[in-house]
Amino acid sequence: MSGPAEYIFFAAAAMTVGAAILVAILPNILYAAVALLFSFAGVAGLYVLLSADFLAATQILVYVGGIIVLLLFAVFLSNRISDTKITNPTHFRLPAATICLVLFGVLSYAAVSTPYAVKKGVYLPTAADIGELLMTRYLLPFEVASVLLLAALIGAALLSRPDRPAPEKGDMEEGKR
Amino acid sequence: MTLDKLLVIAAALFCCGLYTVMTRRNAVAVLMGVELILNATNINFVAFSFFLNRMMGGQIFAVFVIVLAAAEAAVALAIFLRMFSTTGTVEVDAADELKG
Repeated sequence: MSGPAEYIFFAAAAMTVGAAILVAILPNILYAAVALLFSFAGVAGLYVLLSADFLAATQILVYVGGIIVLLLFAVFLSNRISDTKITNPTHFRLPAATICLVLFGVLSYAAVSTPYAVKKGVYLPTAADIGELLMTRYLLPFEVASVLLLAALIGAALLSRPDRPAPEKGDMEEGKR
Repeated sequence: MTLDKLLVIAAALFCCGLYTVMTRRNAVAVLMGVELILNATNINFVAFSFFLNRMMGGQIFAVFVIVLAAAEAAVALAIFLRMFSTTGTVEVDAADELKG
């Protein structure tokens, strides 16, 4: 791979990592959420360059369209608007930075120094293959994931419902009101 | 674009997520760090599946990771809202009462 694709790769990589660093250091949690959006979009760009078109679309739909919106809702609902700062105090900054930098060094060294038997990647559409595999070889995990999503749906709805005083016996039927 | 460059990018993303998880006190920000870590693992899955073997297994695994991340985010945010209505804060070290 050379030419424009290489520049696009570096642009996507810079956007991903730069926005991730902003998520880590920005004091305002709203700005951090917006930076997270850019980081996810950069990851979607990397997926496109890695011949994972279906995953790139899923990344945009689920992360950028869903999870970021959920996070923003949580930020707005869990902070009082009258607070002057949208709270985000940090602590343990120096030891955490040390640990993370050392870990990054170790991981990068391991990644660069290991001789992988790299083959030349090919670019093929993947959505049809993924769909076929999900219906054949990975059918059981697929069904388990659907049950998990249902459980998460019910759990989230149940947890976020506001507290109500227990209704009296006579009020149980809706028709009486 | 080579495999080791992608692995280094994923490592950087992972370390940013780890730093976020370790330093933030707001639970929503901690969740953002977890999402970053999950994205780093996804990049690794897809990169290995592209460069090392032609099977779709890596991408399928990434799909399941995205499903898990979505489910986890939904339930975690519901818990945060409940925690906010009970304790008035979503700071992770403020929630240290088990029953009260």
